[in-house]
Amino acid sequence: MIELITSLMAITLRSGASLIYATVGEIYTERSGILNLGIEGMMLMSAVTSFATVYHTGSLFLGILMAMLVGGAMASIHAFLSITMRANQVVSGLSITLFGSGMASFLGQRLGPESNKGYLVGLVGAKFEPIAIPFLSKLPIIGAIFNQDILTYIVYLLLPAGWYYLYKTRNGLNLRAVGENPQTADAMGINIAKVRYLYTILGGMLVGIGGAHLSLSYAPGWTENITGGRGWIVIALVIFSMWNPARAVWGAILFGGINAVQFRLQASGTTIPAAYLNMLPYLATIFVLVILTWWEALSKRVGAPSALAKSYMREDK
Amino acid sequence: MRIVFEKRKTLSRKAIFLVPLASFFISLILTAILLAIFKANPFVTFIAMFKGAFGSWPNFTETLVKATPLMLTGLGVLVAFRLKFWNIGAEGQLTLGGIAASWVVLFWTPFLPPWMVLPLAILVGMLAGAFWAGIPALLKVRLKVDEVLTTLMLNYVAILFAEHLYYGPWRDPKGFGFPGTPQFPDFTWLPRIAGRAHLGLIFALVLALVLWFVLNRTRWGFELQVIGNNPGAAQTQGIHIAKNIMTALLLAGALAGLAGVCEVTGISRRLQQGLSIGYGYTAIIVAWLAQLNPIATIIVALLIAALLVGGDQVQMMMGLPASMGLVLQGMLLFPMLAGSLFTEYRLRIIKTKLRDAQSG
Amino acid sequence: MIISICQPYALCAWPFANFCFRRETKKVTTPILDMKGITKRFPNVVANENVDVELYPGEVLALLGENGAGKSTLMNVLAGMYRADAGEIFIRGKRVEIDSPRDAMRLGIGMIHQNFMLVDTMTVAENIILGLPDLPFVPNMVDVNGRIRQLSERYNLQVDPDSRIWQLSVGEQQRVEILKLIYRGAEILILDEPTAVLTPQEAKELNGILQQMTREGKSAIFITHKMEEVIAFSDWVRVLNKGRLVTVKQTNRTNPQELARLMVGRDVLFRLEKKDHDLGDVALELTDVSANNDKGLPALQGISFRIHSGEILGVAGVAGNGQKQLVEILTGLRNVSGGKIRIFNEDKTNKSPLEIINSGVSHIPADRIARGVAGDMSVANNLAMKCYRKPPLVRKGFLHPARILDLARRMIDLFSIDTPTPQTHAKFLSGGNIQKTILAREIDACRGLLIAAYPARGLDVGATEFVRKQMIAQSEAGTAILLVSEDLEELVGVADNIAVLFEGKVMGILPSNKADTEKLGMMMAGVKLEETTA
Repeated sequence: MIELITSLMAITLRSGASLIYATVGEIYTERSGILNLGIEGMMLMSAVTSFATVYHTGSLFLGILMAMLVGGAMASIHAFLSITMRANQVVSGLSITLFGSGMASFLGQRLGPESNKGYLVGLVGAKFEPIAIPFLSKLPIIGAIFNQDILTYIVYLLLPAGWYYLYKTRNGLNLRAVGENPQTADAMGINIAKVRYLYTILGGMLVGIGGAHLSLSYAPGWTENITGGRGWIVIALVIFSMWNPARAVWGAILFGGINAVQFRLQASGTTIPAAYLNMLPYLATIFVLVILTWWEALSKRVGAPSALAKSYMREDK
Repeated sequence: MRIVFEKRKTLSRKAIFLVPLASFFISLILTAILLAIFKANPFVTFIAMFKGAFGSWPNFTETLVKATPLMLTGLGVLVAFRLKFWNIGAEGQLTLGGIAASWVVLFWTPFLPPWMVLPLAILVGMLAGAFWAGIPALLKVRLKVDEVLTTLMLNYVAILFAEHLYYGPWRDPKGFGFPGTPQFPDFTWLPRIAGRAHLGLIFALVLALVLWFVLNRTRWGFELQVIGNNPGAAQTQGIHIAKNIMTALLLAGALAGLAGVCEVTGISRRLQQGLSIGYGYTAIIVAWLAQLNPIATIIVALLIAALLVGGDQVQMMMGLPASMGLVLQGMLLFPMLAGSLFTEYRLRIIKTKLRDAQSG
Repeated sequence: MIISICQPYALCAWPFANFCFRRETKKVTTPILDMKGITKRFPNVVANENVDVELYPGEVLALLGENGAGKSTLMNVLAGMYRADAGEIFIRGKRVEIDSPRDAMRLGIGMIHQNFMLVDTMTVAENIILGLPDLPFVPNMVDVNGRIRQLSERYNLQVDPDSRIWQLSVGEQQRVEILKLIYRGAEILILDEPTAVLTPQEAKELNGILQQMTREGKSAIFITHKMEEVIAFSDWVRVLNKGRLVTVKQTNRTNPQELARLMVGRDVLFRLEKKDHDLGDVALELTDVSANNDKGLPALQGISFRIHSGEILGVAGVAGNGQKQLVEILTGLRNVSGGKIRIFNEDKTNKSPLEIINSGVSHIPADRIARGVAGDMSVANNLAMKCYRKPPLVRKGFLHPARILDLARRMIDLFSIDTPTPQTHAKFLSGGNIQKTILAREIDACRGLLIAAYPARGLDVGATEFVRKQMIAQSEAGTAILLVSEDLEELVGVADNIAVLFEGKVMGILPSNKADTEKLGMMMAGVKLEETTA
């Protein structure tokens, strides 16, 4: 039993980390009032580019850097379309995803070595290895927490730091005001466009790390559609965490846990068809969303930033 | 000097027409740059794509084959988008339509007169699509659950379900392990009209005309327009928002479901892998590029289908990945999204500083 | 000695008090603020043309003008929200460029906008420090709260720094706005229609605070369209009309009559002609009606009144005292929690909007953008939005575009709606023409009862007059009208009877010929009618 819990925990942490990066990133983006539905495409793009970088250079650091660059660049397209050109944010985000999936698939067949006809699929490159913290990693049950790779350790810092930044600092205050009430923030001398650009791109960089985590740590290598809808689950997780970075951990644990259970059942040779098990995360997303919306309506709480997905222009008259 | 957007006095008709056109050319240029980076000659590629799509009668009929599901799902997406209901679930609705039609053909045939099977399959397939779109619609109107996520998650569920069926219980025992159901009996095939192009194309063309009329000339269409534009005003005018969202989404799902029915009965003639290859997502591009106009949807669907077929041809002839077509599609939307601002605003360049204006 | 004379609450002492200040401030020769030749154009309209403003330290300047005269635009230019197309601004004699609110703040200019600029979900303290340029990366909230408490004591602006904005009353929110400016050390305070949301008594308190600040050398500009406030609050007054500066007057050398004439730009204020006419049967009857607001708290309690055909019942009250909910329960947009609503003698309690529309009720919504029009639809379709269900617009079950266009042309003509074509999208129209579009649609479709919420709010003089005349014409034609308004002058001039709402209760109903501002003001502050007369 203890062995089971321990292994579930290890898988949860491993599969949860990429979700947390992307969720915290999207929380920051949405807090500024920009809804980015392009996460799936951005994660795919950063997964493929970071893996290609690592494969060719052997440097994990460069791989992460590339993922952040690509995530940030794609987010800046969305930022330009939705902030400067005031395009419909839903459609803009969707087109980022459509473009990203196509582009990632294209690059997956172009960035590989000549010897493999340019294909990346099936190649093995460097990956993040777990670093066991002496003593702590030997503890029963919670030992797994201290036997992770560096990306997961950073997540432990990201959650409290993300919370502190949003709620306790000057920049966090400005950010919250921009997403809640841009008119007011503007009148108080905050540059709305600058803040929105900044956090859309910053969010994109975090999403990029989330994508890189998939191809460099969780499932090392590149396979078509490596995200399997994680980018969309992230959107649900943002709602689930009520736009609070600290709460992103609960959603990630829940979905990471479902993943773990799924693996576990499959490995144990259950009679439940694999397809049904694979449906679990998607059905759970819908279920959680329904419960959460229902609960929000009951308690009359609205967690979403009031100005989410609304463009702002001062001289609109 | 600074550049500002200035609101126009009225909608620019010219921009409405020019923006999609300009978007198309900008996306061609962007793609050309991309191709050049990967050492492929853009002109050769584009010409090959064009020839691949329109170069010969068989190629053109293939373009029509791809255009048909895009038209039907595009129309479905359009109806939902008119209400600002972001239905990203056309893919799942199409898949479920295909599953339901296969179910009718595979399991009801022994109990029905042969002429009845196909019409019934079409009906049940459309109902299944409607059902799949009805779930998120109901969740939206009853509980205000975000439809972007629910429609999308249901895609995955439908696709996994289909996979489960043709890999598992419905798999053809004589299929040498090939993932797919047995072939349907020939009296249940959707008649073909040219090459592989089938009756579904006629359905799509007729439905586009009907839909245009319904949206522009009926009270229901008028109500959809008001709701999509300003739900607050609709409510004030006594328009029943929940009921309208439900009916519109059932229609949207039925259209996507029909696309699925046509694919399984008209093309593959069995339920197999390759039913869900992203028509439902491409439909979003189609509907948006067509600016939610049913007639324009037909034309845009044809154009996008040409990109898909052309992309396949390029893959065969030049060894470029087929996803080239997908990339091009994605690039089509960006300039379009950026350009839509110009229908309402125009750029104004202010050269003078305040003090100059004062002296002048 | 002077201070004791200048008691803020002693309204009658004001002209004298102003005189005292004038003598003191006369020594200062450079104005703290000098705006020269400000011009601001919007695509459809010139909002300001060559306007000058001068302000000396310790002075209160009133900016008087009708709605749409360009007062708010002018002050938004000063506060850095808008950029002027031409003109210069000098602060303490130095020419400055104000490109953003941040620039304005740096120069000591702070503005309280008509719609408060507060983030509802954040605390008072967070709102006060929001956007401060010299704020440390991690603000010390204990220090901030201490400083806020200190300031609120000094200026008698009681408010808890830790409460969230949505928990505060409108009056308290205004205090937060003032604190925000003081905290930033603003020297020039701009207040845009500060008394619109206050009872007359609260307005007097605000005046006291303003006077205390000017005593300390700060200056203030306040925007208003009420003559009495100009007299009570200001040292100087500048009158704007259609974007131009009409005149500059020292307040104690002018009078309300002169100001009114200058403001409207013609000799007499329009008088609304009301013919005597007989009232018909009861059109609307409310019996002991209660309703809750969105948060589930009681918003209306035990409301009872009647309106006869041909009668206009005005509803007065400070914003947020249940007017919104009253309109919503009458139009089917909100359910009542108790009581009965009868329209034309039929029970219409908690019926759907459609059923209520079908019984002949029209509705001019308070928020014309959010509820009145569909901005992306044509003017013609907006005009058809109420009668598209029935012939003649429907023939054999289908809409008839030619007839919709005919109807639109007729209404555009009748109500002189200024639109390039009937096909122009409604969002390109000016506020006044949008309101005329709504008015045309609702009056045309109305069969007996009209619920009108703030029908003239934010409109210019001409449009306001037009709207009011339409109301009266409809009542003379036998329509029962419920007119909700913040403008007491409008209510007295248009309505036959006036009901005053306070915290969801009717404080009393009195005939408009027996109503005066003082009496209405007391009722708006929660005094029952019987008590005011006692």
